[in-house]
Amino acid sequence: MSAIYILWLRQLKRYLRSRSRIIGSLGQPVLFLIALGFGFGPIYQKAGQGNYIQFLAPGIIAMSILFTSIFSGIEIIWDRQFGFLKETLVAPVSRVEIMIGRTLGGATVSSIQGMIVLLISMLVGFKPQSVFHIFLALIVMILTAILFTALGTAIASLLDDMQGFQLIMNFLIMPLFFLSGALFPLKGLPTFLVIITSIDPLSYGVDGLRATLTGTSHFGLPIDIFLLGTGVVILLAIGSYLFSKIQI
Amino acid sequence: MNIIQVVSLVKKFNNFAAVNDISFSVKEGEIFAFLGPNGAGKTTTIKMLTTLLNPTSGKILLNGFDPTKKKDEARESFGIVFQDPSLDEELTARENMDFHGILYKVPKKLRKERIKELLDLVELWDRKDNFVKTFSGGMRRRLEIARGLLHHPKIFFLDEPTLGLDPQTRSHIWEYIFKLNKKEGITVFFTTHYIEEAEKIAQKVAIIDYGKIIIQGTSKELMKKTKTKTLEEAFLNLTGHDIREEGANAADSMRMHRKMWRKR
Repeated sequence: MSAIYILWLRQLKRYLRSRSRIIGSLGQPVLFLIALGFGFGPIYQKAGQGNYIQFLAPGIIAMSILFTSIFSGIEIIWDRQFGFLKETLVAPVSRVEIMIGRTLGGATVSSIQGMIVLLISMLVGFKPQSVFHIFLALIVMILTAILFTALGTAIASLLDDMQGFQLIMNFLIMPLFFLSGALFPLKGLPTFLVIITSIDPLSYGVDGLRATLTGTSHFGLPIDIFLLGTGVVILLAIGSYLFSKIQI
Repeated sequence: MNIIQVVSLVKKFNNFAAVNDISFSVKEGEIFAFLGPNGAGKTTTIKMLTTLLNPTSGKILLNGFDPTKKKDEARESFGIVFQDPSLDEELTARENMDFHGILYKVPKKLRKERIKELLDLVELWDRKDNFVKTFSGGMRRRLEIARGLLHHPKIFFLDEPTLGLDPQTRSHIWEYIFKLNKKEGITVFFTTHYIEEAEKIAQKVAIIDYGKIIIQGTSKELMKKTKTKTLEEAFLNLTGHDIREEGANAADSMRMHRKMWRKR
């Protein structure tokens, strides 16, 4: 337990100490919120769907969680190259504990990040249902965060260096984001998109956030939470397995 | 009693045998130097001894434990200073120590005492709350030594502990290690390129080349066998004068990238 705690604490300390990282990672969601939110707002309104910011904000919160989570998972590659991973791997602690501690640390960081984006989106006009619903949304954020941090860890355990990073960015993170319903409603899509979007785990994160924050939902909150929870269990298991196989 | 016992150890990467059937033993309380040219198999051997790599075949006993089976027991038995730095630069010296102490389950009160004692020993107590990223190479190495000793290991592995350090720092570091060996009876297993350091400090020396141990014994025995006057001459005599090239690995190219992105 203490090992999990100290690994969690390390991730948190590193995050809180790098102000440039906090501010830097807020740039993208803010840009998306403003450019897309206000840019597409009028068309969305004309199509009879109401306020686009209200629709978009949960998607952008989910996006920032996705990015921050996968990056924290992938940080293992840096630790591996710069040696710190060795320090943890020769310690008398099970690999599963190390993996879980790191994952929870990364997930905490990206949940904080998600909350900050929620606050920013409220500044540009997003209105959540109530404070109670924000707490519910936080649960969805945490589940989403753990899921994608574990995914990042699993991927990082397979890679030796950052060479494959572009690949991950373009063939994993971007599709996960764009095909999740973060930017457009899932209703009335062509069949192939329906299939893809319902396989994308982020769809349920986005939908869960929409359900809690705005009260509109495509799949329904219980399904969102159930599938996110299942995803967390599966990816933690895969991540732990791959992490325990690391040899340096 | 032999605290490290290695029998017919082999590590193959694809078809290349990095470590090819080596056997040796280290007695408790001994200072043992493991010498060899670049790429001879030193680091690979240390990695297998310290549970980071699984051997292809052969047997290891570390403080009586097999590191492939009784991993945690084996891990508790040793401390290590790696060839590459392994500190978290974004944490302070004390936080790095604390992290280690908690991972090794050193109780809180004892941990505090030992951190003070060890940081004093390596003359870093004044800098305990500074970030490691502000430390020089020598300070980092000293901190790693202090950290490796925090859980009172029986065996201390040092992979090139003095590489890239100035002569003053080098002699300081050997002094600490020598003191520890005398005072606490800790077994020291180290590799180095500075052969004269090995001659001065090690009670026993093994020379490895192309994955095989070519000779082992005391420095005197090695010099006698090769009819040379210094251990360095003996070393060159045994391993030849050819320069060994080591391929750049992923870590080197990452370091280059990091330097490009970081202005500090």
